[in-house]
Amino acid sequence: MIPAIQVDQVVKRYGGFTALAGVSLQIGQGEFFGLLGPNGAGKTTLISILAGLNIATAGSTTVMGHDVVRDYREARRALGVVPQELVFDPFFTVRETLTIQSGYFGLRDNGAWIDELLHCLDLTEKADTNMRQLSGGMKRRVLIGQALVHKPPVIVLDEPTAGVDVELRQSLWQFIRRLNQDGHTIVLTTHYLEEAEALCGRIAMLKRGEIVASDTTQNLLNRFSGCQIKLKLAPPGLPAELKPLLAQGGGEDCRLSLDGYDGVERVLASLRTAGVRVLEMEVAQPDLEEVFVKIMNH
Amino acid sequence: MSANANKLQTLPRAAALTGFTTLFYKEWLRFWKVNVQTVLAPVLSALLFLLVFGHTLRNSGDPYPGVGYTAFLVPGLAMMSMLQNAFANSSSSLMQSKMTGNIIFVLLPPLSHREFFFAYLLAAIARGLVCGAGVLLCTVWFVDLRCEHPLWLAVFALLGSAVMGVLGMIAGMQSNKIDELAAFQNFIILPLTFLSGVFYSMYSLPPFWQQLSHLNPFFYIVDGFRYGFFGVGDVSPWFSAGIVAVCLLALSMLTLWLVKTGYKMRH
Repeated sequence: MIPAIQVDQVVKRYGGFTALAGVSLQIGQGEFFGLLGPNGAGKTTLISILAGLNIATAGSTTVMGHDVVRDYREARRALGVVPQELVFDPFFTVRETLTIQSGYFGLRDNGAWIDELLHCLDLTEKADTNMRQLSGGMKRRVLIGQALVHKPPVIVLDEPTAGVDVELRQSLWQFIRRLNQDGHTIVLTTHYLEEAEALCGRIAMLKRGEIVASDTTQNLLNRFSGCQIKLKLAPPGLPAELKPLLAQGGGEDCRLSLDGYDGVERVLASLRTAGVRVLEMEVAQPDLEEVFVKIMNH
Repeated sequence: MSANANKLQTLPRAAALTGFTTLFYKEWLRFWKVNVQTVLAPVLSALLFLLVFGHTLRNSGDPYPGVGYTAFLVPGLAMMSMLQNAFANSSSSLMQSKMTGNIIFVLLPPLSHREFFFAYLLAAIARGLVCGAGVLLCTVWFVDLRCEHPLWLAVFALLGSAVMGVLGMIAGMQSNKIDELAAFQNFIILPLTFLSGVFYSMYSLPPFWQQLSHLNPFFYIVDGFRYGFFGVGDVSPWFSAGIVAVCLLALSMLTLWLVKTGYKMRH
């Protein structure tokens, strides 16, 4: 099957600065893929190259098998992009915005699909409202509608929940999950790593323009197979021999990093020997945030 | 919701045409929705120029035999309005879209550089013609205006608006801020327009300034347009049309290349 997205040795340089240093990745059709990285890692540059908003210095990129430069019409028709910034055209209403965007993609008489989109995005009542009069959350939903107006098989969401309240974030993810279930390939960049962990089947992590990790979410979590133990101790607190394991805190409230669950018993034994009473204890698996921090600090 | 995600339809030729017409329609709506600012205000400005200059200079002698100063002024004012508004349409649309970021709505779809170019150009011509027609409609009642060569009139109205629409695209792509665009307007467009013979015949100038006027392409646009009304001009309309057509072609080639390379838009 043709990959939804194929990125092959893509380099992007701005003068002496290298934003992308030979990035390669493949995203299969129907995947929910996460692209993570700190600010300035190159995520938005990579998305811009995919969308034709930026031109790579070297390498090739295809969307549904169509080269984004040579075969740009088909590549762009196959791609819907929800940009990071809340951009809008203040001259138009919500319906006009969607109708015009639909026309750019060569679609006339797209009213039925636009009505369905308005309904799904809870914008039906605002259809004839000028874009300027919408709240930030509503503008974000219109941006999603614009990305979907031509029914693209691949959808890229560049930090779609930045600055969005919890309720809207939940409803957006519900909607995007449905799109994925309907067969759309979803590529997501986000700084909310718990979202990426819950939604993405596969994740790539970018650091300074290079992919430093790319695997299924579960494999990434398993790669750091250790666990953490949160302790609340009675005085005198953590004995000196356990201090090398300290991940956070110290004294009576602390968090220790262990190589595996068998380390828990060794910690408890050390505490017993030192005569320190355990008031509270919680064993936790590492989450994506910890994996992310470890990979980025590696 | 049942998005037919995996069925990519082949892009028919008609779809590309729809993309182009949609972009033109959007650009048309963009200025028509604020027509008080984009059409009525320029028409009012032209009327004020006519009132002030027409009144103060009406006894300064006929610029052409049998053509009074006020009648002479009207085609110039109409063309000035066309030139300035055609420029304003494409330049402000592109610059504002870049500034606010909504340019991506035009850059993400499968529009070719030619579709992009001609849609912006056509919209600029449309606004230029609407403003020019507005000035003529409002002033024609106060002056005895002939129309000797309607075809020349139409040719220069189209060529003038087109040249300025293309120049506006270049300025809009080049400018990232309002003051950059204002500099383009105030230091290039405005002097060239005012020194193009809108308010005077070239032969009323000293020889040096007459020679200098020949280097101003806007002069040929205004003179050719005026020829369409009175059948008299400072130079031959064929020569003027040739000069303006060459300018339009050169500027269009440059702009098409800039759009194709995504100059200051796809970066």
